Amino acid sequence: MGVNLPIYFDNAATTKCDPRVVEAMLPYFTEVYGNPGSRNHSFGWAAEEAVDRARQQVARLIGADRKEIIFTSGATESNNLALKGAARMYAKKPAGQEHRGHIVTCAIEHKAVLDPAKRLQKEGFDVTFLEPPADGVITRAMVEEALRDDTILVSIMWANNEIGTINEVPEIGALCHERGVIFHTDATQWVGKMPTDVVRDNIDLLSMSGHKIYGPKGVGALYVRRRRPRVRLQAIAEGGGQERGFRSGTLNVPGIVGLGAACEICMQEMDSERERLLAMRNRLEEQITGRLDTVQVNGHRERRLPHLTNISFGFVEGESLMMATKEIAMSSGSACTSASLEPSYVLKGLGVGDDLAHSSLRISLGRFNTGEEVDYAIDAIVRAVEKLRELSPLYDLHKEGIDITKIQWQAH
Amino acid sequence: MAYHQKVIDHYEHPRNVGNFGTSEEVKQRKDIGVGLVGAPECGDVMQLQIKVNDETGVIEDARFKCFGCGSAIASSSLATEWLKGKTLEEGLQIKNTMIVEELQLPPVKIHCSVLAEDAIRSAIRDYKKKNGIAEEEAQSA
Repeated sequence: MGVNLPIYFDNAATTKCDPRVVEAMLPYFTEVYGNPGSRNHSFGWAAEEAVDRARQQVARLIGADRKEIIFTSGATESNNLALKGAARMYAKKPAGQEHRGHIVTCAIEHKAVLDPAKRLQKEGFDVTFLEPPADGVITRAMVEEALRDDTILVSIMWANNEIGTINEVPEIGALCHERGVIFHTDATQWVGKMPTDVVRDNIDLLSMSGHKIYGPKGVGALYVRRRRPRVRLQAIAEGGGQERGFRSGTLNVPGIVGLGAACEICMQEMDSERERLLAMRNRLEEQITGRLDTVQVNGHRERRLPHLTNISFGFVEGESLMMATKEIAMSSGSACTSASLEPSYVLKGLGVGDDLAHSSLRISLGRFNTGEEVDYAIDAIVRAVEKLRELSPLYDLHKEGIDITKIQWQAH
Repeated sequence: MAYHQKVIDHYEHPRNVGNFGTSEEVKQRKDIGVGLVGAPECGDVMQLQIKVNDETGVIEDARFKCFGCGSAIASSSLATEWLKGKTLEEGLQIKNTMIVEELQLPPVKIHCSVLAEDAIRSAIRDYKKKNGIAEEEAQSA
């Protein structure tokens, strides 16, 4: 019955490619290798057919029409194209001027939204970065308050990658449509796990990625609404005019086929998978919070992705915690922080104390995880925290009844 | 990040973990010097306690506790090993660069060694203050 080590609990960073996806992709490297842009021979037609099928599979997963799917290299590119493409297309004033239009986003978006938004700021757009409340959920009311007469674009992620909180996306979509504002959502962590309907939920632009849903890396998609309203974008990559001119470049046929296959599997299995992972996640949280004191689950308790948890452990430091649990692959704060000494900007954004933000683990479960792995991880994490608290001068002070936030520390 | 074997060894088998009593108790004891440096929001806090023989001026025992990354734990663990058996003046000769060299710390972890040196100085300073010993040596070092 044992578990195979190391255990992979970092499915929000990336997932293992489903073997069924790999199987579907293989013929498109060596057998069906034509360029879908080649319109005058059978090699091209066969490739185009495969791409069309994948487009249909992706569209069905999110309730879109296949003509509304633009293939990209991943969610980062999709986000860049959505934000820069829409802002530049709907700009109220030409380049070089100030106040070219207003954009609303949020301070705890992924960097792939924040950095394009900051770029647009430099290009003369006004950007509002909404500050999240302590539970991390961005509501319709918050967006409504930020809207201005010159707002052209709202970009709010569907679910947060670090804490898994679910924003009021359908409500924000409805608001944007009432006000004639383009609405983009980075749905990288949401699509494939949760039911999605871009028509019902009033989404204009939606970013998604292949490798977060058991597909290959290097492929993603951007949904671009074609009716009510018809959304236009200024392309970033120019050239052969592929993907309706939104994204030039020869299509990554094996990757696209893989993305399509991954979407198809998610469509069929997401409901049962979600139930299974939710039960595992809840057991993990209940055990850890039950066996250790001064532990905090971050983000809204209900409005959260079912397969993800972000837990802060008081009086232990994150990197040493990762070291003590090195047979379990998890994320300390956000994946990119491991090389820097900064605590997570997302947790800081929620007002989680610096001492707690330094010692948080993001555990994200996935299709290939088992209950035995969860049980193993519970014991390993509890043991590690206990060991580090033995070492921690802060835990001693806490036990002596001293409030460590009241001590005059000398920051270095 | 790949750690050097010596860091992993100190991390997995930290030397001289502990203290010589509660924070109130050690404050009262004249033979104990305490250094508590760093800040929780910076991600590391080190507590170093030394037990000094007041006749010989030799550090007879040392204990540490550390909230911090593996390198910080290893740096403070190493500091206790090095301090034991040294006189106060010899203890002040321990420099962060020596810790960096011994543990092969990468550039992003040099601050851990600096903190360990601070903890040593701070513990020695505390002992001297409690015992009315002039501080010139500590400051000039």
